[in-house]
Amino acid sequence: MGDHHHGPAKGLSRWLFTTNHKDIGTMYLWFSFAMFILGGTFAMIIRAELFQPGMQLVEPGFFNQMTTLHGLVMVFGAIMPSFVGLANWLIPMMIGAPDMALPRMNNWSFWILPPGFLMLASTLFMEGGAPAFGWTFYAPLSTTYAAPSVTFFIFSIHVLGVSSIMGSINIIATIMNMRAPGMTYMKMPLFVWTWFITAFLLVAVMPVLAGAVTMMLMDIHFGTSFFSAAGGGDPVLFQHIFWFFGHPEVYIIILPAFGVVSQVIPAFSRKPLFGYASMVYATAAIAILSFVVWAHHMYTVGMPVAGELFFMYATMLIAVPTGVKVFNWVSTMWRGALSFETPMLFSIGFLVLFTIGGFTGLMLSIAPADFQYHDTYFVVAHFHYVMVAGAVFSMTSAVYFWLPKWTGRMYNETMGKVHFWISFVGFNVTFFPQHFVGLAGMPRRVPDYALQFADFNMMSSIGAFVYGASQILFLYNVIATIVAGERVSDEQVWDGAEGLEWTLPTPPPYHTFEVPPQIEASPAHG
Amino acid sequence: MSIKKSLMTAGAALSALPMSVLAQNQVNMSPGVTRVGAEIYDLHMLIMIICIVIGIGVFGVMLYSIVYHRKSKGFEPSQFHESTKVEIAWTVVPFLILIGMAVPATSTLLEVYDNDDAELDILVTGHQWKWRYEYLNAEGENVSFFSNLATPQEEIYNSEAKGEHYLLEVDEPLVIPIDTKVRFLITANDVIHSWWVPEIAVKRDAIPGFINEAWSKVDQEGIYRGQCTELCGSYHGFMPIVVHAVTQDEFQGWMSAKRADKAAQVAASSVDLSLDALMSEGEAVYQTQCLACHGAQGEGGVGKAISGSSIAMGDIGVHLDVGIKGVAGTAMQAFGAQLTDVEMAAVITYQRNAFGNNTGDVVQPSDVALHKQG
Repeated sequence: MGDHHHGPAKGLSRWLFTTNHKDIGTMYLWFSFAMFILGGTFAMIIRAELFQPGMQLVEPGFFNQMTTLHGLVMVFGAIMPSFVGLANWLIPMMIGAPDMALPRMNNWSFWILPPGFLMLASTLFMEGGAPAFGWTFYAPLSTTYAAPSVTFFIFSIHVLGVSSIMGSINIIATIMNMRAPGMTYMKMPLFVWTWFITAFLLVAVMPVLAGAVTMMLMDIHFGTSFFSAAGGGDPVLFQHIFWFFGHPEVYIIILPAFGVVSQVIPAFSRKPLFGYASMVYATAAIAILSFVVWAHHMYTVGMPVAGELFFMYATMLIAVPTGVKVFNWVSTMWRGALSFETPMLFSIGFLVLFTIGGFTGLMLSIAPADFQYHDTYFVVAHFHYVMVAGAVFSMTSAVYFWLPKWTGRMYNETMGKVHFWISFVGFNVTFFPQHFVGLAGMPRRVPDYALQFADFNMMSSIGAFVYGASQILFLYNVIATIVAGERVSDEQVWDGAEGLEWTLPTPPPYHTFEVPPQIEASPAHG
Repeated sequence: MSIKKSLMTAGAALSALPMSVLAQNQVNMSPGVTRVGAEIYDLHMLIMIICIVIGIGVFGVMLYSIVYHRKSKGFEPSQFHESTKVEIAWTVVPFLILIGMAVPATSTLLEVYDNDDAELDILVTGHQWKWRYEYLNAEGENVSFFSNLATPQEEIYNSEAKGEHYLLEVDEPLVIPIDTKVRFLITANDVIHSWWVPEIAVKRDAIPGFINEAWSKVDQEGIYRGQCTELCGSYHGFMPIVVHAVTQDEFQGWMSAKRADKAAQVAASSVDLSLDALMSEGEAVYQTQCLACHGAQGEGGVGKAISGSSIAMGDIGVHLDVGIKGVAGTAMQAFGAQLTDVEMAAVITYQRNAFGNNTGDVVQPSDVALHKQG
């Protein structure tokens, strides 16, 4: 079979029927960027309404639809698929495999996503409007009191869940079975390691989410009372189930981001990662802890004090492996020979802002203090520091880092740097003031607010428009690179980059590593 | 500070708001007016300062690297990596710092949870989108009332200038005595809400089917404002909480006045009122209770249209039924317990004669009382 070479099929069928990991990776990346723009548009509507006190643009009910869809689209449509796209492109190339282990399932994992999101987006045009109960969809607001479109939301979540589970099984199967000879587990690049652990998290918790929405479906249509106190059910049970999924979900989003940064920082520091093994163990420790901290999202539901204490201590513990990671990245930079190309800028941006998000996370873990922070803009600021400056900055870094390899063309470095600085300033102007309004008492998910919050909200909105606009520059730069970027023929692309993907020609041919490479005995990352 | 100031000035220049509002740009948590609140504030400051110190260390090292260890300066990279000693140190030291944080956090938490020996119990019930307060009293009759947003729609929709306490004002505040351990029993009637007043350091979810406990002992007289902090539907942002903390004597006086009011209401429901009196009272009730869902002109919205409605223009008994018992499975609540008989009679009369529904029907408080009896 090894001598059976062929290129991609022509036209639309190439994309519809492809089982090639590079094509599927590309589709995931473009799809997630489209979702990022859609979710971003919802965010712009939210920030425009919050520009000044009073209701100006939308009605409160529609505002809630926007916050709900913004969260759902960004989490399930933008961030998660973008990292799956990255995994598709990179994991086979990083472990010396010709493709993913289950290529046909790979095709299906991607192609059920667009219909899933069409179904979710279509709820905007339904009578009663789109889901308006927040991305956390707490019952009974999402069951007894929801608009009829909630049923479409439920099926959409099912479809996205199936896609994620299949994608994860594929990643696990690929990593376990397709590594080139000599590529032992402890030689795998950290990006592969973080995705390996993430995939197990996904397989463990996506079915839990599917269970939660199915119970909602039963409550809404078949007369059960899982979450209805009037029928003997328990609305708090919903929150326990949701967050048993939801907290690992947070790490599902951030662990691959850690992986990217662990590839980029050593490359531009021209120095090996300080502690490869401890990074692997720290990732595993974070993943395991993520299963026992879920109720820190629920400190105010009235849990017994023993429960509060358990979840508080367990949550505080996460600071230890997270600290190990941050210290490792900083030590990797220490006495390296640093250069600041766009991928490095976004990774350093990640490191600084994610650390700030980590600090506010530690503050939020303190249960008695959380009674004052909970469900305020302080929380909104916290999770945007870890989700946007964490996951999205890392993803952006990854695109700039590997785009020259993928396309064989170099992006415009000046434009990349401008993109970084506008993003960095825009992001902080948006989200830093939200710490202040949150501490001063502004609840989240409100379409209007008291006058003392006006100035910081206006600042936030201006920052958001700037950050949003900077993404147009990013899109332009990527398209310009693909169409007319300066050609790169150097296999290495970046002088400090390490790993099998950089041994391939630039751009890599349609099929790579049809003959497995031999990995030298010395540790590649140790 | 100068960057922040200039940004704030830029914000002010763009804003049409008066300068006096700028003084209110609070940036930190308030220690509030209770001992527990002050402890929470101290804990918050402690953790934040520890984080800032660690942050300065980490970012300092990073910045030093960024400035001095540059390839462009010809810096040769070292190749050092892995050091078990260093790695043990940066695992153990943070762990010890965490233990240092956990000790005060635990003692404060235990205090927050100490709900025993309350001197006054108040049942707080979240409704879409208002709060109901009931003073529980072993000896006499309970006093209860609803507390609605008092900010007019004109301010929300920008046709009138916004008042000082925009969105943080209610028609009837919760009144509590100072220097008294008040226990709040918190629940909800429909969806989950959360009752939060930052200054008195209470935030607890109001969950249908559950009764949560929280307590506060306020040190200073004053007016303390808060909001619902759990997304509870369209008007989540419009159900504020206002607490008046008064002296024990003032509280007793207020309580007696409330009891007298209640007796007067019972008496009033046996007196017939004129159409004009019912209409003007009804309009006021409509604006606080019905308008959010049924529209300023009865045109509908979340709820059905009142204007030209077959209920508002049809059988009075059916109309009373909807008002008193609500409509199961919809957002239309049972207002029978929320409104007095006079208010119910007035609003039903108003709906039957306003918005072009010129039925000429007059519903008297006694009709409502009779209907309630079945």
